[in-house]
Amino acid sequence: MSTFKSSSSDIIQAGFIPLIDCAPLVIAKEKGFAKQEGINLKLNREVSWANIRDRLNVGQFDVAHMLAGMPIAANLGIGQIKTHQIAPIALGRGGNAVTVSKPLYSALNETGRNIQDALAAGQALRKILEDRRDKGQDPLTFAMVFPFSNHNYQLCHWLAASGIDPANDLRLIVIPPPFMVQSLEAGQIDGFCVGEPWNSLAAKQKVGEVLFPTAKVWPRGPEKVLGMQRDWAETNSAPLSALLRALDLAATWSDDGKNRLELSRILARKDYLGVDSNQILAALQTGMKFSRGNGVEARQEDALWLYAQMVRWGQISPSTEAWSITCETYRPDLLSTALGEHPKNTGGINRNLITPPLSDIPFDPQDVEGYVLACQR
Amino acid sequence: MAEDLKILVIDENPVRAAILKEGLGDAGHLRIEWIADTGNLLERIAVLDPDVVLIDLENPNRDVLEQMFLVSREVKRPIAMFVDQSDTAMITASVDAGVSAYIVDGLKKERIKPILDMTISRFNAFSRLQKELNQTKEQLEERKVIDRAKAILMRQKNIAEDEAYALLRRNAMNQNKKIAEVAASVITAAELLS
Repeated sequence: MSTFKSSSSDIIQAGFIPLIDCAPLVIAKEKGFAKQEGINLKLNREVSWANIRDRLNVGQFDVAHMLAGMPIAANLGIGQIKTHQIAPIALGRGGNAVTVSKPLYSALNETGRNIQDALAAGQALRKILEDRRDKGQDPLTFAMVFPFSNHNYQLCHWLAASGIDPANDLRLIVIPPPFMVQSLEAGQIDGFCVGEPWNSLAAKQKVGEVLFPTAKVWPRGPEKVLGMQRDWAETNSAPLSALLRALDLAATWSDDGKNRLELSRILARKDYLGVDSNQILAALQTGMKFSRGNGVEARQEDALWLYAQMVRWGQISPSTEAWSITCETYRPDLLSTALGEHPKNTGGINRNLITPPLSDIPFDPQDVEGYVLACQR
Repeated sequence: MAEDLKILVIDENPVRAAILKEGLGDAGHLRIEWIADTGNLLERIAVLDPDVVLIDLENPNRDVLEQMFLVSREVKRPIAMFVDQSDTAMITASVDAGVSAYIVDGLKKERIKPILDMTISRFNAFSRLQKELNQTKEQLEERKVIDRAKAILMRQKNIAEDEAYALLRRNAMNQNKKIAEVAASVITAAELLS
C-alpha cells in the first residue's frame, strides 16, 4: 500500500467503509463538488473500522468516514494509544434498526405483548431471557458492528430500558455488516443492530423481522462523522475548508429527493458499495439524512452523549479531563468558518436537557457522571 | 526466551500463513497457532490464550477481534500495537505490509520487535511472490494466445511459423500494441469469419 501519498497540495486521501452514509464523500467526488473547490479527492475503500483508524493514525489517510464514537474513543485512548483527532462535520444520521431472527420474533409475539412498541418488545425479550436462564439454556446472542458505534449504544440503551443488563443477561458480539444476515440465518446470532441496507435485506430474505428503527431510541446525533488528525487539520486548514464546503454541497445534493435515484445508482457501483441500487434506494427511503439542513451535525452535546454511553457501558471511567477531551473532539466551528458563517457557540455547550426516549432520566451534557449514576440507580 | 510466547496467526491465505509460520519458527518461536476461518473465534482464542495475535488487514474480522479484546472476560486482553508512540516507523511498515498485531499488555518492546519485523518481512515477501506469480500467469496466457494466432496465420496464409510470428510482431509495432493484443484480434477475426 506504499502507493498512498499523504497530502501534497490539493490531494486529499479519504478512507471509507461501503455503507450508505459514505454518500457525501462519494458525491463530492462524483458530482464535481470537490473539484469545484480545488480539491483532488481520492477515495479508498476499507474492510474494517480498525483499518480506517490505523491508516488515519499512520497518515495514509488524511480524513476518514468514521463511526461517530471513534474519534472520541481514540482521543480518550480506549483500546489504543491516545491520539489527537477531530471531527468537524457529520456525514449522516438514521438508517439503524434492531432486527431479530424469525424464531425469536415468534417467541416475542407469543408473550402476548404488543411488540410493535420498542419497550414492550424489550420486556418480552426480558421474559424470554429469564425463562431461558431458569431452564439452564444458553443466553441469546445479539450482534452489532463496533464497540464505539451508535449501534452498540442504542442497543444497550434499549435493553437497559427494558430491564435487561447488556453485560450479563445476553451476549453482545461484533459482526461485520455484510455477514449479519447470514449469521442470523445460520442461527449464530438471535438479533442484531446494524445500518441499512442490512435490516431491509434480512426482512426481504425472510431471515428476520425488523423490530424497530433505533431513531426511536436516540433520534438525534450523527451516525458517522468525518475524522482526521488534529495536526493535519491545522497544517492544511485551507484544503480542509475547501473539503468541508464540498461535503456540505454534496450532502445537500444527496438529501434532495429528485437526486435519490442517481445517488442510489452511483453508490451501487462496484468501487463503492457494490450492491443492487434498488436495495440502496429502499434504504434511502427509511429516512436517512446527510445534510446540515436536515439536522446532521457534529454538535458537542452529541459527542457528550456518546461519551456518556462509554462511561455507562464501562468503556472508560468518567473524569473532568475525559469530558473536556470529548468536547474538543467535535469541531462544528471549523465547518461554520469554512462556510463563512459566524461561529455560533464557540466553547459553549447547549445546556438544554434532553430526555432520551424509553427513559425518564434527563441527559444533562454538563453532568455526564450524574446522568450515568441516575441510569444505574 | 522467544519460545515462551504464544503467537496466533489469523489469515485466510494458507500460503502466506505457512510462510509466516516458517519464518517465526526459524526465529525460535515454536508455539504458533494458525486459524484460517474465524467461526467461533472467542472460544478458540480462549483455548489458545495467545500473547500475540497477528491478523492481515484484508480480514474484516479485525473489528470482531477488537470488541472481543475490549470486553471479554474469557480471554486476555491484547491491544492494538499502537502501544508506544515512538514506534511510528514500525507501525507504518506494518500497515504498509498489510498486517496488524495485537499484543498482551506488559510485553516488553524488545520481545515484540523481532516478531513484528519478521512478520512484516514475510508479508512483503509474500506480496512479491504473488506479484511474480501473477506476471508468470499473464505471460503463460499471452504465449497461448500467440501460439493460437500463429497457427491460424500459418494455415490461412500458408506460411512458416517464424514468418507468422514476424507478421504478428510487425503489426504490433506498427499499431503500437503488444504482440498478444494483435494475436487476440487475429483469433477474434478468425472466429468471426469461420
